[in-house]
Amino acid sequence: MIVEIGHFALALALGVAVVQALVPLWGVARHDRALAGVGSAAAVTCFLLVALSFGALVASYARSDFSVENVVANSHSTQPLIYKFTSVWGNHEGSMLLWVLILTLFGALVAMSRRSLPVRLRAGTLAAQGMVTVAFLAFTLLTSNPFRRMLPAPPEGQDLNPILQDLGLAIHPPLLYVGYVGFSITYAFAVAALIDGRIDAVWARAVRPWTLLAWVFLTLGIAMGSYWAYYELGWGGWWFWDPVENASLMPWLAGTALIHSTVVMEKRDSLKVWTILLAILTFSLSLLGTFIVRSGVLTSVHSFASDPSRGLFILGILIFFVGGSLALFAWRAPLLRQGGLFAPVSREGALVVNNVFIATACATVFIGTLYPLVLEMVTGDKISVGPPFFNATFIPVLVPLLLVLPLGQSLAWKRGDLLGAAQRNAMAFGIAIVVALAAIALTRGGPVLAPLGIGLGVFLVAGAAFDLGERIVARASGWPAMLSRAKGLPRSTWGAAFAHAGVGLSVIGIAAAAWSTEAIGVLKPGERLTSGRYTIVLESILPRSGPNFRAEVARFQIFSGNRELGPLEAGKRVYTARAMPTTEAGIHTDGLSQAYVALGEPQGDGAIAVRLYDKPLILLIWIGAIVMAFGGALSLTDRRFRLAAPRRAAPQPVAAQPAE
Amino acid sequence: MRPVAMPRLVIALMLGLASACPAVAVQPGEILPDAAMEQRARAISSELRCLVCQNQSIDDSDAPLAKDLRVLVRERLVAGDSDTAVRDFVVARYGDFVLLRPPFDVRTALLWAAPFLILLAALGFLWRRGRAMAAPASAAPLSEDERRRVARLLDDEAP
Repeated sequence: MIVEIGHFALALALGVAVVQALVPLWGVARHDRALAGVGSAAAVTCFLLVALSFGALVASYARSDFSVENVVANSHSTQPLIYKFTSVWGNHEGSMLLWVLILTLFGALVAMSRRSLPVRLRAGTLAAQGMVTVAFLAFTLLTSNPFRRMLPAPPEGQDLNPILQDLGLAIHPPLLYVGYVGFSITYAFAVAALIDGRIDAVWARAVRPWTLLAWVFLTLGIAMGSYWAYYELGWGGWWFWDPVENASLMPWLAGTALIHSTVVMEKRDSLKVWTILLAILTFSLSLLGTFIVRSGVLTSVHSFASDPSRGLFILGILIFFVGGSLALFAWRAPLLRQGGLFAPVSREGALVVNNVFIATACATVFIGTLYPLVLEMVTGDKISVGPPFFNATFIPVLVPLLLVLPLGQSLAWKRGDLLGAAQRNAMAFGIAIVVALAAIALTRGGPVLAPLGIGLGVFLVAGAAFDLGERIVARASGWPAMLSRAKGLPRSTWGAAFAHAGVGLSVIGIAAAAWSTEAIGVLKPGERLTSGRYTIVLESILPRSGPNFRAEVARFQIFSGNRELGPLEAGKRVYTARAMPTTEAGIHTDGLSQAYVALGEPQGDGAIAVRLYDKPLILLIWIGAIVMAFGGALSLTDRRFRLAAPRRAAPQPVAAQPAE
Repeated sequence: MRPVAMPRLVIALMLGLASACPAVAVQPGEILPDAAMEQRARAISSELRCLVCQNQSIDDSDAPLAKDLRVLVRERLVAGDSDTAVRDFVVARYGDFVLLRPPFDVRTALLWAAPFLILLAALGFLWRRGRAMAAPASAAPLSEDERRRVARLLDDEAP
């Protein structure tokens, strides 16, 4: 019964979404405020219905209701409860439902946000969001229904893929989806602005929090996925330039560019057309990512789920929303008035440079990801575009941008002083040079570029710190004055500094990977293996059993030089229901570095193959990402986003706000 | 039976992140006694694609075919082949598809050039726009009255 309620609620939500997509636009066309306001109620209702539906699926999983096909295929009665929950989105159908849930949640949030948006903008935005919701609800109901019954019900389920039975993967998809799907709001705002034919700082200020929110979650989602790949897959890599990774990186890059261009638009009423285009492209890349991941088009040959009906459906959605919005853009964008002139050397100019380089980096990933597909379609030739290509093109495009980032950050709006900016950053640059030289001296004979990478990272961190310091110290004397200046600085300034420092930290972590070392050996109990600074001694190998798996665990003692760091366990598991093995790496965190142990195959007479890595400063990669996300979140709390928009909407007393 | 293609595809399908065959790839028995030559073998392997686990190098892959290729690379090196000769040998057998770094030729010229062409085009566009915009931006100097107002505003802001 619960299952049917869930299914019915989902179908009802589709009907409500159609109302949300059409009625507000009709209202705007007829200048009928009541009709235009229907979107808000529809968006909230739609969210509640999808939430009910999602709850029904969660309940079926929690109760291990094996009369539901989806539960049978992805769950097992012996699973720990937490993984019964996460199984809900550990499969195509359930994760589509989560996708739609987040989509409607964003719609409802816009509908309920108390900030006074112009009526036409809110109506248009909710309508556009409604159209996206209609498309994905229809996709879920028609091709990926998670509520399909299976009769007679089998006594036991087939278990969730073991590799997904991990806490990291439990939280990775929701984070990623909030990011992906969050950009739908930015897209909806852009479409609404184009329909309205009007775009200004009010629009930029309305859109910016949503962009930041989506970006923060996407950043965390990508970082989480990367860390998961690092500890779960068993050879210590953390980024593979895999098409599915690229699918999440592209919207992230476009979103990063968008965050920067909306600043220009909000502060200086400039870059309007470009910002609108970027808002459209960012969500288009999210849709493209969904298409790539769901259709299996890029894993072609043995993609077991390349059900063409799904792939074609998403391709249709992709073409409709990307093509439709770009056509709307081509038609309406010339109506938008350009404003806000600025000199090339200025904060605006620097942000334009930022956009050029990030957009190029994004295009590089885009072309590298799709080129083999297009080439194969055109010529029939099959080529591979792998990590060596991306490393050789992506990094050279991004490094110049990072090099000038601290300068841009300290330029004034409208008309900056390059010499002054250089002077303000001289100290940070000096520190970076010293650190890079020290790194070269300490690691003589090692990788050549890595110390320069470290220097670059230090420059970014120090640049962000000095920029803040400059703003606090300048024209303030004495501690109390500085403290009050520090408090008075806008949160967005703090946020930008943190985000940029986070980039620097990640750069340091990535550069330091060049010094990571690896040792492969065959160990019997009592024998040792050394890699870099770490030595492990194998103590014993023992069997162990979990609720739904059997494991073989190797216990080690780990040493750094002569200092004992403690015990360490690495294992291999076999999940019984699917007879599928996974590796459980043993990781010892030593400050910001990690020693990483992965087990290989047994080699006979009690010996086992073991890999040991020394990964210096590797944690900085993810700490940097968290600091970036923190910076974004800090900007999100900026005072100006909590105040009513300035020009277009007349200030109203709270009580008089319409309930729409 | 060890999993080869399944896990990476499952993840690819569901989650949109790294997909791979989870296992320790290079086996202790495969390692060459000559450290320098082993280093070369690793460098070559890391740019050769595993044909079973797609988007994974043979250096990372646990598939039996990848193991065969790793051993093959090492055999050629021991036989005295140069790095290029080893790569050519593998390409002759499996085609360009096996190279994770696509070769630069007529088919891929656009691929390799694209990032730099896009960057140049964008910078060129900006340069033209910048020159057009520079003129009005530097046009009107402040009048004496405006200068006084600016000074007054700045003073007000100081704590």
